Amino acid sequence: MKAVVLLDFWASPFGQRCRIALAEKGVDYEYREENVLGDKSPLLLQSNPVHKKIPVLIHDGKPVCESLIIVQYIDEAWPDRAPLLPADPYSRAQARFWADFVDVKFNECGSRLWKLKGEAQAAAKEEFIGILKLLEGELGDKKYFGGDAFGFVDVALAPFVSWFYSYETCAGFSIEEAAPKVAAWGKRCMERESVANALSHPDKIYEIVGVLKKKFGVE
Amino acid sequence: MAAEEGEVRLIGAWPSPFVLRPRVALNLKWVEYEFLQEKFGEKSELLLRSNPVYKKIPVLLHHDKPVCESMIIVEYVDGAWANSGHAILPADTYERALHRFWAFYIDDKWFPSMFGIAKAETEEAKAESAEQAWAGLKLLEEAFEKLSKGKAFFGGDTIGYVDIALGSYLGWAKVIERMTGLKLFDEEKTPLLAVWAGRFCAHEAVKEVMPETEKLME
Repeated sequence: MKAVVLLDFWASPFGQRCRIALAEKGVDYEYREENVLGDKSPLLLQSNPVHKKIPVLIHDGKPVCESLIIVQYIDEAWPDRAPLLPADPYSRAQARFWADFVDVKFNECGSRLWKLKGEAQAAAKEEFIGILKLLEGELGDKKYFGGDAFGFVDVALAPFVSWFYSYETCAGFSIEEAAPKVAAWGKRCMERESVANALSHPDKIYEIVGVLKKKFGVE
Repeated sequence: MAAEEGEVRLIGAWPSPFVLRPRVALNLKWVEYEFLQEKFGEKSELLLRSNPVYKKIPVLLHHDKPVCESMIIVEYVDGAWANSGHAILPADTYERALHRFWAFYIDDKWFPSMFGIAKAETEEAKAESAEQAWAGLKLLEEAFEKLSKGKAFFGGDTIGYVDIALGSYLGWAKVIERMTGLKLFDEEKTPLLAVWAGRFCAHEAVKEVMPETEKLME
């Protein structure tokens, strides 16, 4: 087993955050695919006994769980290159706030776009557009959420770029129309090797959404 | 450490466990601050302006710049006053990840089960939430053993990040215990945490700001 191991699932945006961070830092690691829809490996159960979920980063045998916590750990364990969090405490607090926003608001609402139908879905769509506009405001005319440099919030949100197509198709709206700067940011992120290598093709994600819809009994 | 006029302000409400967190952090760092108590049932202009995304307390204003989300504020206080008091997060990178993990677990999983006891409409639902809360505390008891390394707090000799995350709920935990007759921090089930709970509440940085059970019950 290499010094750095990532237990992951190919389509997981949370796992992709970790892959992007490791790539940005140029860290050599072993990627281990977990079958999240089937049996969990003994290593996963041992490494994340509390949640039994991926991603898990194992560094010199010590497991780190929860994607944003893993990304912060990666940033702090390899501090000499590609800093993901800014240096000053105030900017760090802002970065943490928006990364948390991606989980609590963006992803939570985004999942309702394909889990729900009819009126409930329409309401989720309105809410999601509001969320996109908040992100649009926060991004402004910056190249990345982190400013000129690709940073923590960018890592947190980038994997969801391959979910844009699914959100748009399921709920019937255009992200480009609602939040053109965020759409452009998404394309810029895809130009980065770390992101392009980590993300799944939007069509594959749409297939996964189809599988998840069946699992949740949506149709 | 005396703050200049208006340099540090905290928008909050005394009963809130989330507001308690930055108060403990500021106390640990000896930072003087102005506490701006929100009126019950009304949100002030300042709050709405300072936290437009969630419109919630607590909000820390440092030189009028807002920081939102209780544990993010705690981490900010730790960084902004790094040279004052004790470190809230540990120096070791891996241990920091563990503290962040357990703090997240406490809010994401444990708090809903504790709150579930209060919200429960049937005896069955109450019992189920209580079982979940106790199971969570068992995990936290193990975490305490590992992180404290035999010392008084999750943070070791001094109050740390996880202490603040969990300790902030103790006021409400006591209310739930009184209302239901259930013992959450049970000496038999989680002996280390039962002792820790008393120790946390008695700490200098906590005792003045921990809301009194009587007042919460009103």
